[in-house]
Amino acid sequence: MSPADRDLRLDGLTKRFGEFVAVDDLTITVPQGSFFALLGPSGCGKTTTLRMVAGLEEPTGGQVFIGDDEITALRPYKRPVNTVFQSYALFPHLTIADNVGFGPRRRGVKDHPAKTRAMLELVQLEHYADRKPGQLSGGQQQRVALARALINEPGVLLLDEPLGALDLKLRRQMQIELKRIQTEIDVTFVHVTHDQEEAMTMADTIAVMNHGLIEQMGPPAVLYENPETTFVANFLGQSNLILTDVISSSAAAVVVDCHGQKLEIDPSRCHTDTGRGWLGVRPEKISLRPTGEQIRDGANRLTGGRVSDVSFVGVSTQYLVAMPWGQELMVFEQNTGQQAQLRNGQEVDLIWSPEHAFLLDASQDAKAGVTTPEDEA
Amino acid sequence: MSTQRRRGWLLLVPGMLWLALFFLFPTVQLFFTSLYDPDGSFIAGYEMGWEFGNYVSAIADTWNLFARSFLYAGIATVLCLALGYPLAYAIAFKSGRWKNVMLVLVIAPFFTSFLLRTLSWAAILSDRGPVTGFFQTLGLLPDDGRLLATPLAVIAGLTYNFLPFMTLPLYASLEKVDFRLIEAAGDLYSSPFTGFRKVTFPLSVPGVVAGTLLTFIPASGDYINAELLGTPQQYMIGNRIQAAFLTEQNYPLAASLSVILMAIVLVMVIGYVRRAGTEELV
Repeated sequence: MSPADRDLRLDGLTKRFGEFVAVDDLTITVPQGSFFALLGPSGCGKTTTLRMVAGLEEPTGGQVFIGDDEITALRPYKRPVNTVFQSYALFPHLTIADNVGFGPRRRGVKDHPAKTRAMLELVQLEHYADRKPGQLSGGQQQRVALARALINEPGVLLLDEPLGALDLKLRRQMQIELKRIQTEIDVTFVHVTHDQEEAMTMADTIAVMNHGLIEQMGPPAVLYENPETTFVANFLGQSNLILTDVISSSAAAVVVDCHGQKLEIDPSRCHTDTGRGWLGVRPEKISLRPTGEQIRDGANRLTGGRVSDVSFVGVSTQYLVAMPWGQELMVFEQNTGQQAQLRNGQEVDLIWSPEHAFLLDASQDAKAGVTTPEDEA
Repeated sequence: MSTQRRRGWLLLVPGMLWLALFFLFPTVQLFFTSLYDPDGSFIAGYEMGWEFGNYVSAIADTWNLFARSFLYAGIATVLCLALGYPLAYAIAFKSGRWKNVMLVLVIAPFFTSFLLRTLSWAAILSDRGPVTGFFQTLGLLPDDGRLLATPLAVIAGLTYNFLPFMTLPLYASLEKVDFRLIEAAGDLYSSPFTGFRKVTFPLSVPGVVAGTLLTFIPASGDYINAELLGTPQQYMIGNRIQAAFLTEQNYPLAASLSVILMAIVLVMVIGYVRRAGTEELV
């Protein structure tokens, strides 16, 4: 069986709840053995997509394939797919061993006690085999849920916000653990989450979902460095977005007018062909220099800034810089010790390389995908 | 003793007093009555004779009534479970916005008295009633066959009257079952039936235990159904106790029958609860 034989393929997958379109004509291929993340805010359709793959939700339209087998209409218990449920859904009346052995028993696997023991060892819970789920901590329950799904050697493992119920420290630990297990057993993981950091840490490929559509799909670094929509620019990390007019565009560079100053952008990072665009640049890509200081050739320089806020956070210093047109831009400077800290009120130039900026269509909302602290909770 | 704990005890006092006065005292009284000299009478008064022989003669005369009571109550309990489980399941999982309406409908019979409802069953099952006629037309019952005054009528009446006591605890425990557990069972290769057998049903066992106890215990002591829907051939132990107390006024006999009934039910319940192992369940 060649690797491509077990790819998960969604073709025009659609789910409507009455008038509401939860998932809108989704077509993606998840290569076998990859760690794929569906990332988006709550209500974006990511969980509905997952449930359609698991067979827990019936699609309004479209098809689901694993390799060449169509599984769209199969009952959940007939699919080569297993799920790690949000808040785990462990059977409270069964022991840990019986929870993990549940799938193999149903399928009549002969040596299921031995397999169960091996699986409990993989997740380091061999001493808890006779306990009940209620007697385990959140992190341990999470591992039981993982073992209970993985023991079935699924073609695709679906994870629905698997780390959502854990505290921050444990979550980091489990991210590494999950990635280790995934690499070890070479199973396709489809991971649904609203936590961009979680998705970026673990996934090979991230699909950012919003309103039932995929905004952008690609490796985490590409999504972060070269976002194609304002939603992606804001949802993954933070971005400064400045409204600019395109002056000229060539194979070498796209030149924009930013409130009277000329700036260059790498053409491969321009995602608009209209005359206006949001120029985006990540706060850590900008460096601040006292006004007028000499800079290297080819760099973009935006003058007229005035430091309006300085917060020292240890590894970096975060500045807010007020621009003449009233916008405040964010700048993160690494504390490398090479440069003196700037003071509040100081006049500064903002410097960055053309290959670090991106240009997005001006018709989009500049605030799309901005997460507030309440969303994170 | 801390104030907190003292307050806890204070809250118990009214209930304890009530139970002491209206449960504990009558029970002790009943026990003593069962040992009175049977030669006494209601008019002349009884003497305490520590007559344990009362029990022997009570059992000897009425063992068949005991057997019939437990048989009828047992069948009625099984029927209640068979009817009540799907009902409770449907209300808990499938009723959507009709849930509250359906729950009210389950309790609705309690708005009329037990006696009245059983009397109307007598009318429904009567020889010229529609149900008898229906079965006769279908040929399931001979033309001179009866429904009223048969064991069937008594068991049907018991089943009907105690169905809510079965349904409500079943509903309460089914309603608590997380539907995601059922989804998880499906995800782990259980057909809907296997998922029910391995997950839903085990999680509803506390409701089954509570429901069967609430049905079986009162049903085995019931006498209204046998009185109104049956004949002396269908009488249960409750009828005998009622007759001994109120008609014959043979207090020692009535009391010893009551104590025996209580003791047997208690032993059966303890055995049952032990086997069902409710404390093992979360």
